Amino acid sequence: MEQYIPIAIMILIGVVAGVVFANINRFLGPHKPTEEKLSTYESGMEPVRTARERFSVKFYLVAMLFIVFDIEIVFLYPWAVVFRQLAPAGIIGMIVFLVILVIGLIYEWRKGGMDWR
Amino acid sequence: MIAEQLLFAFLAACAVTTAVLMVFQRNPVTSAISLIGNFFCLAALYLLLEAQLLAVLEIAVYAGAIMVLVVFVIMLLNVGDEVSLSFRPNLRMIAGGVLMVAFLLELLYLFTMAPGAGSIVVAAMRPSGLGTVESMGHALYSGFLFPLQITGLLLLIAVVGAVILAKRRLS
Amino acid sequence: MNLPITWNDVLALGPIAVVFGGTLLLVVLESIVRKASPLMFWVTVGVLAVAAGCALATIGVAGTAFGGTVLTGGYASYFALVFSAGALLVTLLSPAYLLKRATAFTEYYILLLAAVTGMMVMAASNDLVVFFLGLETMSVAFYVLAGFTRQSVTSNESAMKYFLLGAFATGFLLYGMALVYGTLGSTSIAMLRSSAAAHAGEPLFLVGLGLLLVGFVFKVAAVPFHMWVPDVYEGAPTMVSGLMSTGGKSAAFAAFLLVFGADVLQSAAPIREVMAVLAALSMIVGNILAISQTSVKRMLAYSSVAHAGYILTGVIAANADGANGVMFYLLAYTLMNVGAFGVLSILETASVENVRIDDLAGLSRTRPWLAGLMALFMFSLTGIPPFAGFFGKYYVFTGAIGAGYTWLAIVGVIMSVVSAYYYLRLVVVMYFQEGSPDQVGTATGIGLASLVLPAIALLALGLLPSTIVNLTMQCF
Repeated sequence: MEQYIPIAIMILIGVVAGVVFANINRFLGPHKPTEEKLSTYESGMEPVRTARERFSVKFYLVAMLFIVFDIEIVFLYPWAVVFRQLAPAGIIGMIVFLVILVIGLIYEWRKGGMDWR
Repeated sequence: MIAEQLLFAFLAACAVTTAVLMVFQRNPVTSAISLIGNFFCLAALYLLLEAQLLAVLEIAVYAGAIMVLVVFVIMLLNVGDEVSLSFRPNLRMIAGGVLMVAFLLELLYLFTMAPGAGSIVVAAMRPSGLGTVESMGHALYSGFLFPLQITGLLLLIAVVGAVILAKRRLS
Repeated sequence: MNLPITWNDVLALGPIAVVFGGTLLLVVLESIVRKASPLMFWVTVGVLAVAAGCALATIGVAGTAFGGTVLTGGYASYFALVFSAGALLVTLLSPAYLLKRATAFTEYYILLLAAVTGMMVMAASNDLVVFFLGLETMSVAFYVLAGFTRQSVTSNESAMKYFLLGAFATGFLLYGMALVYGTLGSTSIAMLRSSAAAHAGEPLFLVGLGLLLVGFVFKVAAVPFHMWVPDVYEGAPTMVSGLMSTGGKSAAFAAFLLVFGADVLQSAAPIREVMAVLAALSMIVGNILAISQTSVKRMLAYSSVAHAGYILTGVIAANADGANGVMFYLLAYTLMNVGAFGVLSILETASVENVRIDDLAGLSRTRPWLAGLMALFMFSLTGIPPFAGFFGKYYVFTGAIGAGYTWLAIVGVIMSVVSAYYYLRLVVVMYFQEGSPDQVGTATGIGLASLVLPAIALLALGLLPSTIVNLTMQCF
């Protein structure tokens, strides 16, 4: 338990800093609002629209591929911690695992999974 | 020990609250944010259970990657103005609800009162330090090497499947 | 758990290593070769043929590999043989079918081989983790394959339903595994079986097994988790349904038999009783609902629920007869059901996507070969003696009677008689009803050959069932 106290303190500092910085201008800065001042400047575009627009399914593909390679990292992490103590099979196993995923990467690349078209 | 119990109670309350909020929020994005809160609570609970790696992964994979997917899907679905579904409980819903409550009670009984209820913790926690990154690394890269490769194949198939289903025109 | 793993472990995998490597090879080919369609097809055929040969060669030597997490030879090889045979027939029938549905994506073969890899891993699992990963590999490949004809609404619906319900069932399965792990402190299936008797009194263990049962019953498509079957089989590309209903079901049953082995069922009596009720319900519901179907695919889907019931009877028997019966039945079922779906895939055209039973009227005059083969598969599915389907039922029911489940065997026999009504009606429509089914498709040489093969095999297995039974006997 004790070893997590620094982490807890760090999280606390993070939260406090975030809240403080987000609100500090309210107390320090001058506060004279007009309607024009409050609206967002967007080069003459209508600044406020509904965010609920139809997004392309391409975003989904990007997210999906991100997750796959994120999970690859998950497996690399414990391996990186212990690989000095592993038998050769452990090293070769990771190489095979990476080769499998690199094949996936090549496939995706060749099929244009990374092109925005 | 008392501090740990208190911490557990606090985190568990947070986890349940965020989970309930996630289901009952009307705005899907707020709902997603509640889900992130839930993931953080779970990560802290995993730490209490000495499952350190799991705690890290909960943040890295769920609060990171899975959330990205959730938010993208919310955007894709183009949830327009709320469609209020008329809620008329039919026989199927009632049966489902009854079964759910029965299952919940059954689990409560199992984990608290049933004979052998205490053994679950004992049996699963036998080797100490089971949840550390080191011990998971040793297990994954020796005894569980075969499942690891199958996981690789599973991820590969996920890539292929995502490209087929989501890429509009294949070159 | 630091176990020495050597090159021998990889070699011992045999057919699994072949299809695994084959899948990777196909992805590489797909990435680097342009217009790879015939190449992909032939490589798939080659890989599956090599895997079948490899399975045959290793069937005599049973063992484990990778620190005891995976079974090799024996049982695993027998099922590897079943899967590669089924998948080989499906592959041979696929190109003509895919052409009709205007789906030229060669990723089809990648997913098919990946599904087969998953099935083989399931049948070879000696650890719940391995089983789960095999199941997911197979399922993810099937989710995508079900929605493979992207322009078809029914195909999309099929993929969506299968995915949502499949993911839900997986949740139950995982929860069950967690509880079993909680009581045993190990995910080893061998240990689950050996220590089942010691833990049979613990409610937690029983509930764990019960949740596992939910997952299994979903995957083998038995009552009460059968609702997805007709819609999914109807909407998915026909040959994919063929593989799902045979390979997918066989793989789930192979793992079912491993996890719910004789020692587990004999000590966990409540679970066994629940399974017996589910088996009886599957036979009754599947057969009765199949009677009223007009679409051939839906009829086959409900009949597949009924067959899950028959096969479950063999699992419940928890004796050598029952286990042999399950293994024999799955081989026979794979051959006859792939055959039936194969005939359908040939009859389908761009305009007739869903063949109705009435569409087959008069088929015996316009397509005598196809009608004859379809009739043969229907006879075998009914369980009429000279064909393998009969011996499958015979063995599982004998096993059930030996274990004291006579009532289950009686339900099975009565329901087989009921099933004759809808199977034979198809034959009657093909042979004795007037009609001009000219709008249905015709067979190519390779398609017809890959239908004649299972037909011959069914006849051979029916005449000499002992060859296979001798093989399955060695696996225990």
